[in-house]
Amino acid sequence: MANTETMTINMGPQHPSTHGVLQLVLELDGETVVKAVPHIGFLHRGVEKLSENRSYHRALPLTDRLDYLAPMSNNLGYVLAVEKLLGITEQIPERAKVVRVMMAELTRIKSHLVWLATHALDIGAMTVFLYCFREREAIMDMYEKLSGARMTSNYFRVGGLSLDLPEGFENDVREFIDAMPGHIDTYEGLLTGNKIWQKRTIGVAKISAEDAIDIGLTGPALRASGVDWDLRRDNPYSGYEDYDFEVITRQGCDTFDRYKARLDEMRESCKIIHQALAKLQPGAILADVPSVCLPEKKDVVNSIEGLIHQFKIITEGFKPEPGEIYQGIEAPKGELGYYIVSDGSANPFRMKIRPPSFVNLQALPQMVEGALLADVIAAIGTLDIVLGEIDR
Amino acid sequence: MSEMLSLSNDPLLFISVMVAKILAVFLVVVLIVAYATYAERKIIGRMQTRLGPTMTGPLGLLQPIADGLKLFFKEDIIPAQSSKLAFILAPMMILVPAFITIAVIPFGGMITVGGYQVPLQITDLNVGILYILAMAGLGVYGIVLAGWASNNKYSLLGGVRSAAQMVSYELAAGLAIISVFMLSETLSLRGIVEAQAGSVMDWYIFSQPLAFCLFVITSLAEINRTPFDLPEAETELVSGFCTEYSSMKYALFFMAEYANMIVVSAITATLFLGGPAGPFPGPINLLLKVFFFMFLFIWIRATFPRVRYDQLMFMGWKVFLPLALLNIVITGAVVVF
Repeated sequence: MANTETMTINMGPQHPSTHGVLQLVLELDGETVVKAVPHIGFLHRGVEKLSENRSYHRALPLTDRLDYLAPMSNNLGYVLAVEKLLGITEQIPERAKVVRVMMAELTRIKSHLVWLATHALDIGAMTVFLYCFREREAIMDMYEKLSGARMTSNYFRVGGLSLDLPEGFENDVREFIDAMPGHIDTYEGLLTGNKIWQKRTIGVAKISAEDAIDIGLTGPALRASGVDWDLRRDNPYSGYEDYDFEVITRQGCDTFDRYKARLDEMRESCKIIHQALAKLQPGAILADVPSVCLPEKKDVVNSIEGLIHQFKIITEGFKPEPGEIYQGIEAPKGELGYYIVSDGSANPFRMKIRPPSFVNLQALPQMVEGALLADVIAAIGTLDIVLGEIDR
Repeated sequence: MSEMLSLSNDPLLFISVMVAKILAVFLVVVLIVAYATYAERKIIGRMQTRLGPTMTGPLGLLQPIADGLKLFFKEDIIPAQSSKLAFILAPMMILVPAFITIAVIPFGGMITVGGYQVPLQITDLNVGILYILAMAGLGVYGIVLAGWASNNKYSLLGGVRSAAQMVSYELAAGLAIISVFMLSETLSLRGIVEAQAGSVMDWYIFSQPLAFCLFVITSLAEINRTPFDLPEAETELVSGFCTEYSSMKYALFFMAEYANMIVVSAITATLFLGGPAGPFPGPINLLLKVFFFMFLFIWIRATFPRVRYDQLMFMGWKVFLPLALLNIVITGAVVVF
């Protein structure tokens, strides 16, 4: 037997399928991965540090840029955390809560669509990519109608919502979720029964339930390893306890089961949105807490008190009591947590974000060592990472 | 029945007819290559709910020309650390075998020129099939050399993949063809076409359905098309063996891919679908069959994910090869008894 050497290749940060600027240093023996070391930090913008020099309202737009595929989920986590810090969680109006749930679930579908699109493209199924983006485009249009922006929505506010739903918005949502299960069936028709797809995903990038818990895996990746854990049900927020939905768990621990889990989650999201639409009643969209929430525009332009009110909040912000809180939500990719420390000033003293992608990425070396190069691609895809969130 | 035109009975006429045939075939193939890229983009676009090219000329029809011009004027980069000669030779070594394989494909019956019989085929080798297999084997060198000469790890992996892939699939493809010439008792492609000349039911696709399926699948692997496009798997190896190529050299790889598609389609049509037989004049029948297969290849590309390297080898050696051998045994038994 001749002497053989392993080969080290740099996969990324410029590589078509490392989903952004992830760098993987792979040690290859032929095509078999001996060792994989992820390197991160190419997209670091210092969101946590930046927030320390901004008032609570002004830190909100930064959260859009974390997981840019699911901006509203990031907004939701942040506003819930600040509301908890202020102790106004109980005062959020019902309409705001319902709209938040509805948009969070639409965001989940949007994020899962991008995941499916890129995951399928990585494995070579090109058509699914475009089908998914067709549906994602519909959600983008809704985002635009709602907040004016397609990606960085910045729609929720501490205390409620920035604007009420535009006219006809509910119909758009209803039309979309009525059609969506059919679209999911189309994706399944192209992939689930496809022998090549099954061969590429079943038994690939396995991670056992124990390992998943040790690493801190959350979201669909954890649930596909058989752990029944979903913050929407187990630690409900924003009124999720009033919705009837199933937490999808699967036992396969592999790429195929994570794929199935996410597709079924999209179906569950459609159900939740249906229920949210039924619950949606006219009403206030901001909590009645003048020290935190901006006054209505008509008060600002018509009365001096309103103008002063707005001026005070814009220039000074609000000052929560000193203390610290943690608020986790079930973002599309897993548990997204905000840990905020207040020293009584108008800026957060420290804001620590627990991004699901960052923690989930730690499972990658374990998943791919001993596997083939092509499985690395499948593993990166199945973890559903977003570098904006990992590097922050 | 007049005499066959050959170099001995009318050299001048023979040479001019030959040149005319070569030019005609070459032009048609180059045109199809150019418009196959257009067709692929249009057809896949249609399947993926988008439009494909629309801006260049009416319906985007000038797109292949625009692409060609663009690539022609791009800077031709040769990486400093590459081995220059091999790097330059590789694209030619892959394109040339693809084009010259077409020389043995019959595209019609006999026509009369100046009182002599002229076959509609550039040349009828009596070892036609061996020639095709040999040329297919030569094409591998281009890819392996390209991968090696680029001095890029991704390219190298692509080159190694293609070498393994083509060798294992050529074997199965060759064995699938054996059963065809066991029936036709000739290696000449014209002979094979004549053996299927009776009715449609004489086409070998009906007597050799297994060999037909095997040949179509293995040839997909040989020409590196989805789901066997591992050597240039974009999402894994960036662009595989052609990562470092730019300008016209890259265009040559691209042309070779489509030329190979045409060649494989034409060979399949000749071996299993009676070649130029059909309701229309010979060349048109053949073209229709070629277009059918090319559409099939494009359709497959829009539908299937990519197989993994070990699965590809598994299929080649443990599924297709035994099946092809089995097919030979069955054919042999049928021929003898």
